[in-house]
Amino acid sequence: MAEALAKISQVQDWGMIQIRADLTRAGDAIAGAAGVALPGQGRITTDGSRSLGWMSPDELLLVLPRAETAEALAALQDALSTEHALALDVSDMRAVFRIQGAKALDVLMKLCPADLAAMPEDGLRRTRAAQVACGIWREPGGYVLIGFRSVTDYLRGILTGAAAPGTQLSPR
Amino acid sequence: MLTLTCPYCGIAAEETELQPGGEAHLKRFGPGSTDEEFEAYLFARKNPKGVHFERWRHAYGCGKWFMAARDTATLQVFGTYSAQTPHPTPEIVAAIRAHRPDWQPDWTEAPADTPAESLNA
Amino acid sequence: MTETGPFRLPRGGRLIDRAYQLPFRFDGRQMRGVAGDTLASALLANGQLMMGRSFKYHRPRGPIASGAEEPNALLGLGQGGRFEPNQRATTTPLVGGMATTSQNCWPSLNADIGAINNWMYRFFPAGFYYKTFMHPRPFWKHVFEPIIRRSAGLGKAPTEADPDKYEQAYAHVDVVVVGGGIAGLTAARDAGRDGKSVWLVEQTPHLGGRTPTDHADGQARVDALLAELRGMANVTLRRSTQATGLYDHGYLLVRESLADHDPNAGIPRQRLWRIRAGHVIVATGALERPLSFAGNDVPGVILASAVRDYIDLYGVAPGRRIVVVTNNDDAYRTALAALDAGLEVPVVIDARSTAEGALPAAVRARGVRVLTGSAVAGIKGGHGVEAVKICAHSGSGQVTETVDADCVAMSGGWSPVVHLWSHCGGKLNWSDAQSMFAPDPNRPPTGADGKAMASCVGAAAGDLLAAELTGAQAEAATMPVWVMPAHATRKMKFKMWLDFQNDVKVSDVELAAQEGYHSVEHTKRYTTLGMATDQGKVSNINGLAVLSNALNQSIPATGTTTFRPPYTPLTLGTIAGEARGEIFQPLRKTPMHGWHESHGAFFEPVGHWRRPYCYPKGGESHGDAVAREIRAVRASVGTLDASTLGKIIVKGPDAGKFLDMMYTGMMSTLPVGKCRYGLICNENGFLSDDGVAARLSEDTWLVHTTTGGADRMHGHFEDWLQCEWWDWKVYTANVTEQWAQVAVVGPKARVLLERLGGKIDLSPEALPFMGWIEGEIAGIPARVYRISFSGELSFEVAVPANRGLELWEKLHEAGRDLNVTPYGTEAMHVMRAEKGFIMIGDETDGTVIPQDLGMSWAISKKKADYIGKRAQERSFMTDPGRWKLVGLESLDGRVLPDGVYAVDQGVNANGQRKTQGRVTSTYMSPTLNKPIAMGLVRHGPDRMGEVLEFPVAGQESYKARIVDPVFYDKEGSRANG
Repeated sequence: MAEALAKISQVQDWGMIQIRADLTRAGDAIAGAAGVALPGQGRITTDGSRSLGWMSPDELLLVLPRAETAEALAALQDALSTEHALALDVSDMRAVFRIQGAKALDVLMKLCPADLAAMPEDGLRRTRAAQVACGIWREPGGYVLIGFRSVTDYLRGILTGAAAPGTQLSPR
Repeated sequence: MLTLTCPYCGIAAEETELQPGGEAHLKRFGPGSTDEEFEAYLFARKNPKGVHFERWRHAYGCGKWFMAARDTATLQVFGTYSAQTPHPTPEIVAAIRAHRPDWQPDWTEAPADTPAESLNA
Repeated sequence: MTETGPFRLPRGGRLIDRAYQLPFRFDGRQMRGVAGDTLASALLANGQLMMGRSFKYHRPRGPIASGAEEPNALLGLGQGGRFEPNQRATTTPLVGGMATTSQNCWPSLNADIGAINNWMYRFFPAGFYYKTFMHPRPFWKHVFEPIIRRSAGLGKAPTEADPDKYEQAYAHVDVVVVGGGIAGLTAARDAGRDGKSVWLVEQTPHLGGRTPTDHADGQARVDALLAELRGMANVTLRRSTQATGLYDHGYLLVRESLADHDPNAGIPRQRLWRIRAGHVIVATGALERPLSFAGNDVPGVILASAVRDYIDLYGVAPGRRIVVVTNNDDAYRTALAALDAGLEVPVVIDARSTAEGALPAAVRARGVRVLTGSAVAGIKGGHGVEAVKICAHSGSGQVTETVDADCVAMSGGWSPVVHLWSHCGGKLNWSDAQSMFAPDPNRPPTGADGKAMASCVGAAAGDLLAAELTGAQAEAATMPVWVMPAHATRKMKFKMWLDFQNDVKVSDVELAAQEGYHSVEHTKRYTTLGMATDQGKVSNINGLAVLSNALNQSIPATGTTTFRPPYTPLTLGTIAGEARGEIFQPLRKTPMHGWHESHGAFFEPVGHWRRPYCYPKGGESHGDAVAREIRAVRASVGTLDASTLGKIIVKGPDAGKFLDMMYTGMMSTLPVGKCRYGLICNENGFLSDDGVAARLSEDTWLVHTTTGGADRMHGHFEDWLQCEWWDWKVYTANVTEQWAQVAVVGPKARVLLERLGGKIDLSPEALPFMGWIEGEIAGIPARVYRISFSGELSFEVAVPANRGLELWEKLHEAGRDLNVTPYGTEAMHVMRAEKGFIMIGDETDGTVIPQDLGMSWAISKKKADYIGKRAQERSFMTDPGRWKLVGLESLDGRVLPDGVYAVDQGVNANGQRKTQGRVTSTYMSPTLNKPIAMGLVRHGPDRMGEVLEFPVAGQESYKARIVDPVFYDKEGSRANG
């Protein structure tokens, strides 16, 4: 039996904080409190442990080790206390999958209408995977895909199906 | 199936990533308006063959509404721009004129003083 | 090589490997082909010329083509769930062990009873169905329709689920070249040299197209191109890949065959590529047209190009003695190919008055008679060609000579394959010189930038010879021949087939024209010309030429029918892709979903969510389970998984002002720590959603929506914030799935929650009705809302989703002696109806305003504006005669059927009984032990005590009295425990 195109695994120990604010005004304060540089449009910055992703012109997503979430949320709320801003713990409403392997892109190309091959190295792309919303960025050896918690089984199903052995996209 | 570039993300999204929102730049009439005004606001929609302005939401993306200027017959897209403007921007008008010299804007108020770019912080 | 069939030639066959023999079955008979065969070539090699019967007359039919345009050789492939009807034998690669069946015949291909239609052809002309089955009226339903339904349709639908897998994939490519012939290969090379990302897709498993067969050094030219292309990293070549349609903005659908040839490979059978192409180069070549002569559908009459394909590509002789009939030079290549293969060519019949080009000269030099100015007057033979009757083309068919033959190679000229070009608006020009429609490069399909998104090259562009690429010498012009001979009799036209699959003949199109069908689109539908599974690939041009002649107008004046995707049929599995079985659609599951499953929940879909409807125990019916759950809740305590309720955070200095616009009631005045029920309307005034909002802090609200309304309401909020009041400082966030929510309901609810312990005060003083409090329950951080949708003492406990199951299990552990009972959505529905609470989607249907539901109390009189306010002032909305909410009490103890109408006196303009109300919710109440119902009745609240009649077909009319909609605990004391 041939190998799967990529290893699909679920990440359980990440925390996530959704931040909404005027990024031109509050960007520095957010970056300072988050401990990660402010990402540009469509990008994600990382220090290896924490990542800060650009979700929309007034929305960021801080991804960090779960144990650090409460402290980071407090720091962000403190830093933004004088701003019109919103910072929320959204760790529990996400499902996170790693797609690892040389053919990881093939797996995503079967599910997402976005041109992920053309995504910048540090890009973050919000799109859909088959019938559900998702966000995608690169990590060493593959990709991270985040979606909503309620459709975790669906996401696992479509990712595993798309990674089925022998289904690489290169012409045979 | 259309592709439109979200002015907030700068990426080309295809129609399945977008949610349509009908005619753009409607002026809302609330309490105090006449029956005629309110009826026109609620029900009367342009249905041109040619240049048209529409609302689209980057639903499977940043979640922002934006406007698109396109030709309903040829599907040529003249541009997409911020939703936070009461009328198509001068840049959009110029882009349409470049391809449709005979086309005339049908609004009379001064064009928006907020160019689309300034909203893309 | 007789073991692979008597008609397998001793030499030749560019695509086959004679070393690998493949056994297969046709209608149960064992046959043998070789690797590289198509099903059609293997059948022909075995002498099986007849492969099916036509749709209408059940005429015996053999293949006329060798590719995707084949109208006749349609077979049923496979067995069981893998059975697939209408598969073209000409494009199906032969697989060892294949089981194939002929179609449209009973009891057998050779003795088909339906062929009686063939003898009745005079009584089945164009429009026969429309004309015949009109009268007498009752006959349609009882006589005609049942008979027609039984005999309609081509092939049989499979009866089992398709066991194969399919998938889809997206690609973004600069240039997609469709067609792997020499023009496509050259275009791909040129684009590849420009450094673009290039795909070349070819429908067959082979690259090179016709060039290796038709031109002396063709294979060498193709090989040179392939060598360069294979060295380009930016070029991808995909074979067995069919471009099926080109759509807006360069959206190109392409079907790649992965395991059609090997169902046991364990990989998807087909993959549908959804490509965004920067530019599409259409290099789809051209298709040869049949000639319309009497008997042109007899098996063995084959397109000239197909005859030489079978000889050259597969080493198969379609016949031993082949007569060529043509109106152009190209068909002479077939004569040469046949002679080279050692077959006889007794005569070439050429409609043109002269044939002096290089190809005719080469044929004459081989000693073959060339009869110019000649035509076929008829074919002798039924199940196969026996002889060809020859006449002068300029005459009306007087036979001058009869030549024995077992195969006729016909060529009526070539038509560029312009489907992809035309799918998205590319226009065509008629070329008189070449008798064909060709793409007009000045009127291309345009893309998002207003520029051409496709271009055509090679034969698809009308350059049939592509001499620059193929090195071919110039050929003499094709002569337009639409009917052969030119003055054929009416009787001959009854035997001249245009559409072979749907049995449309020259006589049918002429009849349509005579009856006034002047539009080609109307004629198509009247005669069914081009409406078969082959979509008229070989028949359309001939048909519209005949129509033009009959209407005495030029061909471009008649025009073409619309080219629509797909180019060849797509199997439904490919369109569905991965969306089947468990992942047919996303099923949303709450954190407690697994518990519900393991406790026997019967689920119901609510949007994409699956919610427990009830939890039947043992052999309990759903109705009994629901009644038990309700009694347990009303008597002690129950739990409802309310995690699916929408939860939206609304925060900012303008949040109160904003919510006042969204809700009909006042949200800005809600004190921190309190909850308020609210209604949301759309700008039409109609009720859209409802739920409880809680003020979390000075500038933050958490609003609950219905289960189905979360995304819709969040979108609604964002729409107004982004597009109308973009200067208001408000942020929203949809946090529905961050929280698991459990409704703990019943007189013992507080007792149960307090047993779990924790840092939270749930006493009535600390947490009064419509208040909320934050703290910890059983060590889990929780927010508790004291709200009630059942009328009972009720706490909705929200905890982080990851800890929802933990809370739920602890509740059930701690409450065992209280008979704590999980209850589902149906119990919730019944209990709210007992209390007269409305349900969005039951009492509302998109035409109901809050005022109709007696909910004026939820509408602020103080506010100047809210979404829907102006609409609710319209005269229609303030009409006192509107249907309004009431309770309905069944008079005879029967439960009113849902949705039934109350009748009024008199009839409306259509003669239908007038109505004055309808039932919106109706249940048997286990609490009250009697049926309860709610409904909307014309000014119903003013008519308390009146009895309404609800007629139901086949039953005694239901009668119900108008009553107050609150059936249970009218004082509302139970919510206080």
